[in-house]
Amino acid sequence: MIEAKYSKLFGRIAGISLVFAVIPLLSLAVFIYIQFSETYNSKIRENLRATVENKRMAIDLFLEEKRSILQTLAGIHDYETLTSPGYLRRLFRETASHANASFVDMGVIDEQGRHVAYEGPYQLRTANYSDAEWFHEVLLRGVYVSNVFMGQRRFPHFVIAIRRDEGEKTWILRATIDMNVFNALVQSVQSGSRGDAFLVNDKMELQTASRFSGGPMAPAPLTSVERFRGIRVHNETMHGRPGMIGMSWLENAPWLLVITDDVAEEMSPLLSTKTDVLLLCSIGIIIIVIGTITTSRLLVAHIRKADMEAARLDASLLHQSKMAALGKMAAGVAHELNNPLTLIREAAGWLHDLLDPDENEEPDREEIRKVLTRIDAYIERARGITHRMLGFGRRMEPVKEHVNANALVDETVAFLENEALHRNITIERSLDSALPPVRIDPSQVQQVFLNLLDNAIDAVGHDGTIRIRTQVAPTAGFAQIDFMDSGPGIPPQIIDKIFDPFFTTKAAGEGTGLGLAISYGIVEKMGGNIRVESSPETGTTFSVLLPLAETA
Amino acid sequence: MDRTGIKVLVVDDEDDFRLYFSKRFGKRGMEVFEAHDGLTALKRVHEIPVDVVVLDLKMPGMDGMETLIQLKRQVPTVEVILLTGHGSVESGIQSLKYGAYDYAMKPYAIDELEAKIRSAYERRKLHMERLRAQ
Repeated sequence: MIEAKYSKLFGRIAGISLVFAVIPLLSLAVFIYIQFSETYNSKIRENLRATVENKRMAIDLFLEEKRSILQTLAGIHDYETLTSPGYLRRLFRETASHANASFVDMGVIDEQGRHVAYEGPYQLRTANYSDAEWFHEVLLRGVYVSNVFMGQRRFPHFVIAIRRDEGEKTWILRATIDMNVFNALVQSVQSGSRGDAFLVNDKMELQTASRFSGGPMAPAPLTSVERFRGIRVHNETMHGRPGMIGMSWLENAPWLLVITDDVAEEMSPLLSTKTDVLLLCSIGIIIIVIGTITTSRLLVAHIRKADMEAARLDASLLHQSKMAALGKMAAGVAHELNNPLTLIREAAGWLHDLLDPDENEEPDREEIRKVLTRIDAYIERARGITHRMLGFGRRMEPVKEHVNANALVDETVAFLENEALHRNITIERSLDSALPPVRIDPSQVQQVFLNLLDNAIDAVGHDGTIRIRTQVAPTAGFAQIDFMDSGPGIPPQIIDKIFDPFFTTKAAGEGTGLGLAISYGIVEKMGGNIRVESSPETGTTFSVLLPLAETA
Repeated sequence: MDRTGIKVLVVDDEDDFRLYFSKRFGKRGMEVFEAHDGLTALKRVHEIPVDVVVLDLKMPGMDGMETLIQLKRQVPTVEVILLTGHGSVESGIQSLKYGAYDYAMKPYAIDELEAKIRSAYERRKLHMERLRAQ
């Protein structure tokens, strides 16, 4: 495999591992974060709700308490007593000291709206409330908690008024609530530096001072809210920041309690958690990435090593087989060389005899010359044999040439002709003279042909026929070369194994079992194929398919 | 000794080999006949009263061993010396089992082979005399 392929493999392995490793981590982080923030959110909501509830109850209680006191006072006193000079002062002082100093003043007003008795810091003795709204309201309702108003004092205040019907007479007991106390009560829940708490009436006018939106009687920055029961909490953007608002209508006054929370402030722990989660996640991802890359690299290195090992084994196998073939070649050549060598010896011996010093006659110069010429011929024969062998071992790297398959067959037969002759085996050739050239490495394919022909000779043993046929194969684009022997055939139980490496039916030391395996490998690498058919009656046929040289 | 004596049949498919054999052993006083394969050899032993057959092992058609077997069957009194090449001592020993008198390696040392032929001839002579005596 080339480097690029390994890089791609590495990329793929690392990428897939990363995705599968990171996705769970991210999902978990996101999930945890969402859960956490939801929980946190709802906690804040719950808190706000509880705060609103508590505060509302506190305010209601406060108002109830004040009203109750006034009502009692109004109930247990009669007009005469209450309006007698000094009485109201004493009463006021008593009450003031008990009722948490929440009454700023107290006054008795008659049916005409005249202030008939007054105790308090303001000059209201001569005030007349016949036009005041609160006056009409209290006459109507009997108990009245007013909205905050300016009134005669020219500063915001609110009153609680009780109507007392005493027989024919109707009079009103009125007290003003200490706004400071009341404001403090409401604002005590303001949380943080951005939270707010205030009361508004149904016209959305502030009744108590808001931190950010103005003092009493100013319009609150709220859209009109209708009456509802219970507590409402919802998110709202206030002053450009995300916030939460809790609201609840009071029971004892027509006012809406509004408590706001600056979410950002409340959420700051959540934000820090968010940062923590992000940090942890990032660290986790970095670790995963490092781990994945390391592992993938290791894996790919391992694969590369295994590939190289396999390639080396392949090459070694090929080399081994080539060596084996070469060895066989060498043996054959050695056999062949023996003949001319023997003849040279014979000739030399004869020359020796001719030049024997014991002889009386003159050596026959003509004869000697003749013999020397023969010796030269024998040497030439030997040279031809070794030359052929040299040509076989020359090319090592596979090349692709246009080769005439018939010529290759002829060459191969020439190598093993003598062997076959000695065993009385006939080699017949049916070579298609119109066979187009094949695109192969000739020395490698020659190795294959040698192997197959050699096997055929071994299969026949003695006295038989081997037929070699070449033709254009029925499969398009291929030439078919058949090696058919008249041997006993290959038994069906082993015929599937014959191409396996190291499989041999010969005795130990006789064959390596590599010949067919290598041959198969060689032919396959060239884009061809080897098939075998065998039966005891017809013998064995090996069919080699080789790709034809493309005409296009 | 009768020097115009020993009739040797050399059997080998290599023409020049037979040529030198004839020349050299001819010079040593033997009468050499030639055959180029096993079948021809079998024919000639019936035509000529051959004393010793020098037989090459590797031949096309009927090889040396087969020829030896046939020779001993058809003309048992003829002595056969087998010539084997490329160090196949087993073939040599096997030929003895089939009735050869001896075997020699190829290429041969001429004095050695001459001695073997003469000794083979002696045995045949003995054999023939015994036969005649019966």
